[in-house]
Amino acid sequence: MSPPITARFLLDYGDFTLNVDLQLPGTGITVLFGHSGSGKTTLLRCIAGLQHASQGFLEINGVIWQDSHRKLFMPPHKRALGYVFQEANLFSHLTVEGNLQFGLKRIEKKTDAIAFQEILELLGINHLLKRMPSRLSGGEQQRVAIARALLLKPEILLLDEPLAALDLKRKREILPFLTNLHQHLAIPVIYVTHSQQEMAQLADTLVILKDGQTVVSGPLSETLSRLDTPLIQDYEANTVWPATIIEHESGYYLTRVDFHGGTLSLPLITAAINTPIRVQIYARDVSITLDSPTNTSILNVLSANIIGLSDNHRGQMVVQLQIGKQILLAHITLKSSLILNLKIGLAVYAQIKGTSILN
Amino acid sequence: MLITTFQRTSIIVALLLFGQSGWSATVLVAVAANFSKPMTDIAAEFEKETGHRANLALGSSGKFVSQMENGGPFEVLLSADEKGPEKLEQAGLTVPNTRFVYALGKLVLWSTMPDYVDNQGKILSTGDFKHLALADSKLAPYGVAAVEVLKNMKLFDKLQLFFVQGENIAQTYQFISTANAELGFIALSQVLENGKIANGSGWIIPDNLYAPIRQGAVLLKNGAENPAALALLEFLKSAPALAIIKKYGYALAQ
Amino acid sequence: MLSNTDLQTLFLTFKVASFATFLMLLLGTPLAWWLARTRSAWKGVINAVVSLPLVLPPTVLGFYLLILMGPTGTIGQITHWLGLGTLPFTFAGLVVASVLYSLPFVVQPLQTAFASIGEQPLEAAATLRASPLDTFFSVIVPMAKPGFLTATILGFTHTVGEFGVVLMIGGNIPDKTRVVSVQIYNHVEALEYTEAHWLAGYLLAFSFIVLLLLYTTLKTQPVTHQLK
Repeated sequence: MSPPITARFLLDYGDFTLNVDLQLPGTGITVLFGHSGSGKTTLLRCIAGLQHASQGFLEINGVIWQDSHRKLFMPPHKRALGYVFQEANLFSHLTVEGNLQFGLKRIEKKTDAIAFQEILELLGINHLLKRMPSRLSGGEQQRVAIARALLLKPEILLLDEPLAALDLKRKREILPFLTNLHQHLAIPVIYVTHSQQEMAQLADTLVILKDGQTVVSGPLSETLSRLDTPLIQDYEANTVWPATIIEHESGYYLTRVDFHGGTLSLPLITAAINTPIRVQIYARDVSITLDSPTNTSILNVLSANIIGLSDNHRGQMVVQLQIGKQILLAHITLKSSLILNLKIGLAVYAQIKGTSILN
Repeated sequence: MLITTFQRTSIIVALLLFGQSGWSATVLVAVAANFSKPMTDIAAEFEKETGHRANLALGSSGKFVSQMENGGPFEVLLSADEKGPEKLEQAGLTVPNTRFVYALGKLVLWSTMPDYVDNQGKILSTGDFKHLALADSKLAPYGVAAVEVLKNMKLFDKLQLFFVQGENIAQTYQFISTANAELGFIALSQVLENGKIANGSGWIIPDNLYAPIRQGAVLLKNGAENPAALALLEFLKSAPALAIIKKYGYALAQ
Repeated sequence: MLSNTDLQTLFLTFKVASFATFLMLLLGTPLAWWLARTRSAWKGVINAVVSLPLVLPPTVLGFYLLILMGPTGTIGQITHWLGLGTLPFTFAGLVVASVLYSLPFVVQPLQTAFASIGEQPLEAAATLRASPLDTFFSVIVPMAKPGFLTATILGFTHTVGEFGVVLMIGGNIPDKTRVVSVQIYNHVEALEYTEAHWLAGYLLAFSFIVLLLLYTTLKTQPVTHQLK
């Protein structure tokens, strides 16, 4: 059986070449991650058909949208997709409602009134319907744009840095809506960003692009902890673990969560027992000891095996640790690594100084 | 500055003439479009004879009259009719007793097609043309004459539908010369070269079919003190000028 | 007061201007669209050709049209071959000449309006299932509305005021080619100043009212907003 999404594109601009061959899952959010100029937006535009790759093959859920060998190119308006641009791109001559209706009027399978209301509520834009786009904040505009795309009942939702043009406050306003989408949508979402924060919070599958090529692609936690990505040397290098809430220790203002390989104590989370969450652990917040530490203030100490070591040749080591089924990254100095004589296969203890909860 | 031999000679000639006539001046003349060709020749003769210069402005008589009424700069008017000079005279813009008829215009029915217009104008009643060009009878005396000819031939009502009207006689000529109108009434002077119709075919309309087109000249107040203006009006009545006028197909006033 | 003939010329003038404006919008819209969006090397050439009537004195343009549209001219031979006869001295000819003469006044505001819309709304519409043609009518036209209004006003008024071209190819035929500008001029030439004043007065008053109405409607439109 062919994978739900197959995307192969070759696009040559002379000074830039996009050359990718991807197989992506049919559910969840795939984040296309990379610096500007890495080709992530170009790839998204190729998928939408807004950019016509000279050589390309694109299949979504068994329907071929593009196949240059057969001279097949479905124009963008015939592709069953929803697209959210970096700038909301609302039609300035139409009200919010007019913008929402624009696409609705042009699809065959009508979105029923209930679904319509649901989407408005999901994005919190019920009260904005009669307004002109110019009278909305950037965040509101972007929410309308997302709703406008969702109302089309697309087979796939494409988002091109939907938060990049917004300030921090607006970003915080929209991220919960996007996380919400994650739980409500049954369709695949492809999300372009250069923000590690958004990537860590939203991605199920991660594709890292550099100079128009795929560096790695795979499930998020696995991909994040790979030593062959450009990310691991970064100050922001981190791993993201899925976990479940098992206990609140209200007296200590702590919550205990379970992950594949043990438990963690986290600052109190206001959510019910059994709620799935994402825990982000920065490599810079992880230290290593050879013996089980006693008399330490650090709550989260986990026994681990070293499975990889990488030297950045500037005095810093990245240590890849296996904890149960999860992988953890630690940034330590070269000197510490030599003193402790760290080697692959060595059993150690990882001390986790801090964590972030992503949802 | 490079001065050619020709220019040097001209200067010497001019200096000689200057001594002869006492004063060399320039006159600004408004000339009706139909009289442009003969007047260019006359002006050249005039300069040779008197040493004065005549600067010619070509256009429609009506426009010149409006311009004079509003402070125009012309010193002599050579109109296509008598009406213009009379109007200016009544307005007190002319020098009294200087008005006279300098030429009688002749009308021709002309076409660019050879052998199209016969020498009796039968084509007007038999031809299957789409357009008959003539000058607007409201504006141009040649238009008035053309209408008169058609009325005398009892063809006016029948042919009125085919009229295309030029604002002046020069424009009427363009309609015909570009073949947009198959034929039309214009001034004989426009098509006459060396005493005969140079191109196409034409019928010089007999005098008995229309009242003579009396073209009037007058000295305007602007030119009252200009010796060149007075000299030009005199020159228009002289034998060399009359010869040129005749050569271009005009008749002379008695 | 106005004579019947004068009223006829007023009516005919607005008829010519209406036909010409309609045709100019029909021709000028795709042309302006192409000019606003193409990267073709021909863009400069076409732009220059469209703008040429701005340079030529109208009577000169009229004279060339008289030659071109005449029986021996290229256009004349084409219209003859199409069984339309020749165009000078006809209402159709006047409309055609007006279109050529006033086209830059329609194309340029449209071109500017189209260019300022940019790529983004087109892409947004495409991802919302609108075909290019659909996009043109449901997005571009409403967004370029001020441009269309300006183009209509300029095209119409410029045609009403046109004189030189008509003088050259019109032939002053009542009900067919005798338009108001020529009629006023003829009144002046015939020294009928009173009639000229009346007719000019009517033309000014009427045109002023039309322009005023159009500009006030234009002003009450919501200001077009750039996409955010």
